Amino acid sequence: MNSTGLFPILIGGLLVNNFVLSQFLGICPFLGVSKKLNSAVGMSLAVIFVMMMATAVTWPIYTFILVPAGLGYLQTVAFILIIASLVQLVEIVLKRYVKPLYNALGIYLPLITTNCAVLGVTILNIDKGYGYLQSLVNTLGAGGGFLLAMVMFAGVRERLETADIPEGLKGLPSTLVAASLVSITFVGFQGLFGL
Amino acid sequence: MFEVILAIIILTALGLVFGLILAFASAVMAVPVDEKVEALRSALPGANCGACGYSGCDGYAEAMARGEAQPGLCTPGGQDVAEITASILGVESAGVQEKKAQVKCGGCDQYINTKLEYRGIATCAAANQFYGGEPSCSYGCLGYGDCAAACEYGAITVENGLAIINKDLCVGCTKCVSVCPKSIIEMVPGSAKGIVRCSSHDKGAVVRKACSVGCIGCMKCTKVCEYDAIHVSNFLAKIDPEKCVGCGACADSCPTGCINIFGYQPKNQKAAV
Repeated sequence: MNSTGLFPILIGGLLVNNFVLSQFLGICPFLGVSKKLNSAVGMSLAVIFVMMMATAVTWPIYTFILVPAGLGYLQTVAFILIIASLVQLVEIVLKRYVKPLYNALGIYLPLITTNCAVLGVTILNIDKGYGYLQSLVNTLGAGGGFLLAMVMFAGVRERLETADIPEGLKGLPSTLVAASLVSITFVGFQGLFGL
Repeated sequence: MFEVILAIIILTALGLVFGLILAFASAVMAVPVDEKVEALRSALPGANCGACGYSGCDGYAEAMARGEAQPGLCTPGGQDVAEITASILGVESAGVQEKKAQVKCGGCDQYINTKLEYRGIATCAAANQFYGGEPSCSYGCLGYGDCAAACEYGAITVENGLAIINKDLCVGCTKCVSVCPKSIIEMVPGSAKGIVRCSSHDKGAVVRKACSVGCIGCMKCTKVCEYDAIHVSNFLAKIDPEKCVGCGACADSCPTGCINIFGYQPKNQKAAV
């Protein structure tokens, strides 16, 4: 059982080990949905929600079903199964109760299923040996870090729209260069709280 | 051995539990699907060409179900689709507002002057990149047939360096319109009686140097038209299809022969029909 305090874990997920900018997980929605601020926020909130639910369900299943049965190696398969079902559930709920968000997210909602950020956070919780509460806090930090990265990058991209970019760098190349520059700034958080 | 069986059992159990949860959720939280939308959508061709003005066939089906759109906007679907969709909606079919593609240029090789000799990839898109292509006229048809290649109905042929659209074969899907790099293919209502075969906004003297059948903006056509159906703006004449009756007076008066009234032979006929 990892003895790190809850607050360092939260800051770790948010800044030090930011899922998108430091660990390079979840790049697809990061590049795909960050063009407009409101869809970026909507997407991040959906990801946070899926991450929290995924952690809440996968941690107990791993600890109380898989490990006692000696089936720890089935972690990846079982987690994918759980995450896929959860995302499907989120899609059904959104379609019924929040239709505008469902329409706005469109194709990106099923993409959250294969989003490595979601699988990543559930597996990392296990690898770091966090307890249940610690896992949830870590996931909250990871999701918050995802939201932070998306919102910041949406701001950068909206500025880039009006910038005078050379012909060869227009579009995706300039976006990737901007993303790497933002990522470099987050290196400054390395070593905080001994993480 | 026991471990393997245990693994299978546990994963199957997990799958079953989540499957049941999802089945329950999809039943309880089902969104009422409008059957009309389904029926309308299956009646449409499914080409997603956007000729109706909505975002694909899905968008048009939903707009019709909401009562926003009239049946009969689907030009590729034609009469049949108009009637089927009208009957699903329970309204009278008003027929299809047919639109056919027309190339607004009459400059075949014998009428035009060229400004350069192009030796490159033989497509309109490539030729257009190179200083706008061979013809001196910057609005003229390049004649490499990107439109003919895009047409799935064989309605477009290129003769003497000019694309010609067969009105009978054209279904109005607008694929050629988006492919033309000069944007000189225009959708004209099926009931139109004639068209000015030129897209050049250059002044008369410039047009004369580039092409012998281009519109020079002299406005003789406007003066002779009794129906106020033809007007010149920016040195280019344009026929209003709603007012034109096809009398041919404008075509007779035109000094270059750029006005083409379908099926009418003007006194100084020059441009391709």
